[in-house]
Amino acid sequence: MTAPAVNVDVIREMLKALRGGRFRVWMSICAHCGLCAESCLFYLAHDRDPAYMPAYKVRQTLGRLYKKKGRLSREELEAMVDVAYGQCTLCRRCAMYCPFGIDPAAMIAAARIILTSQDVIPEALRQIIANYQATGNQMAVTDEEFAETCEWMAEEASEEMPGLTIPIEQEGVEMLYLINAREAKFYPQDIAEAAMIFHAAGQSFTFARHGWEATNLAMFAGDIRTAASLVRQAYDAAKRLGVKKIGMTECGHAYRSMRYEGPYWLGLPGGEPPLPVVHSVQLFAEYLKAGRLTIDPAKRIAEPATYQDPCNISRGGGLWEEARFLMRSMFTDFREMQPNREYNQCCGGGGGFVPMGGPYKKRRMESGRIKAEQIRASGAKIVVAPCHNCFDQLKDLNVEYDLGVRVIHFKTVLPSMLILPEEMKPTPAEE
Amino acid sequence: MYELATGPLAWISFGIFVVGMVVRGVLLYVITRRTDPVVFDHLSLKWSLLSIGRWLLPFGSRGMRQKPVFTAAAFVFHICLLATPIFLLAHNVLWDERWGLRWWTLPEQVTDAMTLLLFVSALVLVLRRVFSPEARIVTTAYDYFLLAIVLAPFVTGFLAYHQWLNYKAVLNAHIVFSEILLVTIPFTKLGHFFLFFLTRAHMGSEFGRRGARTW
Repeated sequence: MTAPAVNVDVIREMLKALRGGRFRVWMSICAHCGLCAESCLFYLAHDRDPAYMPAYKVRQTLGRLYKKKGRLSREELEAMVDVAYGQCTLCRRCAMYCPFGIDPAAMIAAARIILTSQDVIPEALRQIIANYQATGNQMAVTDEEFAETCEWMAEEASEEMPGLTIPIEQEGVEMLYLINAREAKFYPQDIAEAAMIFHAAGQSFTFARHGWEATNLAMFAGDIRTAASLVRQAYDAAKRLGVKKIGMTECGHAYRSMRYEGPYWLGLPGGEPPLPVVHSVQLFAEYLKAGRLTIDPAKRIAEPATYQDPCNISRGGGLWEEARFLMRSMFTDFREMQPNREYNQCCGGGGGFVPMGGPYKKRRMESGRIKAEQIRASGAKIVVAPCHNCFDQLKDLNVEYDLGVRVIHFKTVLPSMLILPEEMKPTPAEE
Repeated sequence: MYELATGPLAWISFGIFVVGMVVRGVLLYVITRRTDPVVFDHLSLKWSLLSIGRWLLPFGSRGMRQKPVFTAAAFVFHICLLATPIFLLAHNVLWDERWGLRWWTLPEQVTDAMTLLLFVSALVLVLRRVFSPEARIVTTAYDYFLLAIVLAPFVTGFLAYHQWLNYKAVLNAHIVFSEILLVTIPFTKLGHFFLFFLTRAHMGSEFGRRGARTW
């Protein structure tokens, strides 16, 4: 066992680089009041154990790195993973509860950057980063496999909706659509559903031959170089194809990276992406509001339904009202969880938690208890989660806590509820 | 001693306080310009004011409403801390005598009560640091030390007003402790009296650009 020695010089350089204006102030004025505790799902899920409160977690990670000036052994850094990854989903809820407006999640993210620089990282995320670097997507799906999947899905979907196509690398369309590589690998139906919605709405779109991946777990893994490359490949594809906007699949962290964080990694002026980046929730709401899509009132779902605000779409993306407009349009019995909108609690699956896999499953279920209780209290039978990580986490919670709900994306049910013109309806009994 | 404390030492301590805060603010601005463009890219007056205003308002945020005892104690503490010395008769007489400056003065019974309220609220805050797990785990000796520095001028001022103990010694101690407090502010977390507004403006704007509230 010869793990490489910790490179203290590199850590020091990074600590220095990270010590910008915000971190300086934050670390010097924290009043140690403990008000951040109540905001945190880990604190609440562990029966208010103060070891899980945000300020304390920052102190154990980034604070410790500064205090020791980076002089920590590999074992000590590895122990830090437990806090930086195993006790925080970077949901940023604590920032709303700090009287001074300190952002503890940003400091935990900084600790992850330093840990990753020393190759200290949860094993599953290490593999995912290798996949990103080799193939440009987290699942190591080749561009050929992806193209074949799209072809296959176009065939299937066009049976239900004649005229539908799933173009790849087509110039002159309005929107480049990005998906989570999991859709290509495990949930190809997601691709078909999105294509049906776009077709029905008259939305011209294309996938990129390369650069179709929306996700960015490198962001959560503190590998900013890889994270930036993923955003760049999407922006490049958009430029190459001359589209007017980038549409994002129902994924939360992907939107965060492409819309908010990516421009800073690439040093873009004003911290804004080079073209509008639009999440599915917003796209679908706009189609309905503009009359490009119409829901058949008879097909609205009557089962009680609730909405899971993904942190990176509600608190971090500002799209909670669009989502509620969709919920009320699609369901007759929409029920809120408490708290909701930007105050939502993270499901416990964010920040890379779900992809971190087996070793973290048990604690993921423990910290998900808060969300499970909220879902149960809502009395809903359907939970809509426009985020892949929420989706997986809620499905696991559903089993773990025996919630008896069905977890779906918006696009799971939206296509089947639409009033379609004759030419988009399947030709009956043709064999 | 009295002459020294109210003469050169007063000038020096006020000077360190003012210059220290200005330098800290300017340095912060320069560094942040270089390191954190995100702060300036999205700064919004509306969201800054909302974010600051809500947290200056007692029980104006969710976090404060969840912790009513702490919130009440913290507001009483801060209000008494700032208002008592500014509106104190004995102070304002000095301002008037030396500089001809006049402003409102509160009756001495009121400022006396405010000082007692300050002590009570400080006691609540200390008890919370001792007994509340989430406060205790992040509390160090440094927090108590700074609180002692903050309270020392008030304890001695209170003793001086009531002319308990040796008046002259107590008065001199009061002046010196006040000067120590002034000097401490720019170099410690007490700088939050000013930096609070900057960090709140940033976080209010950072979430506000998404329409999200930070209170």
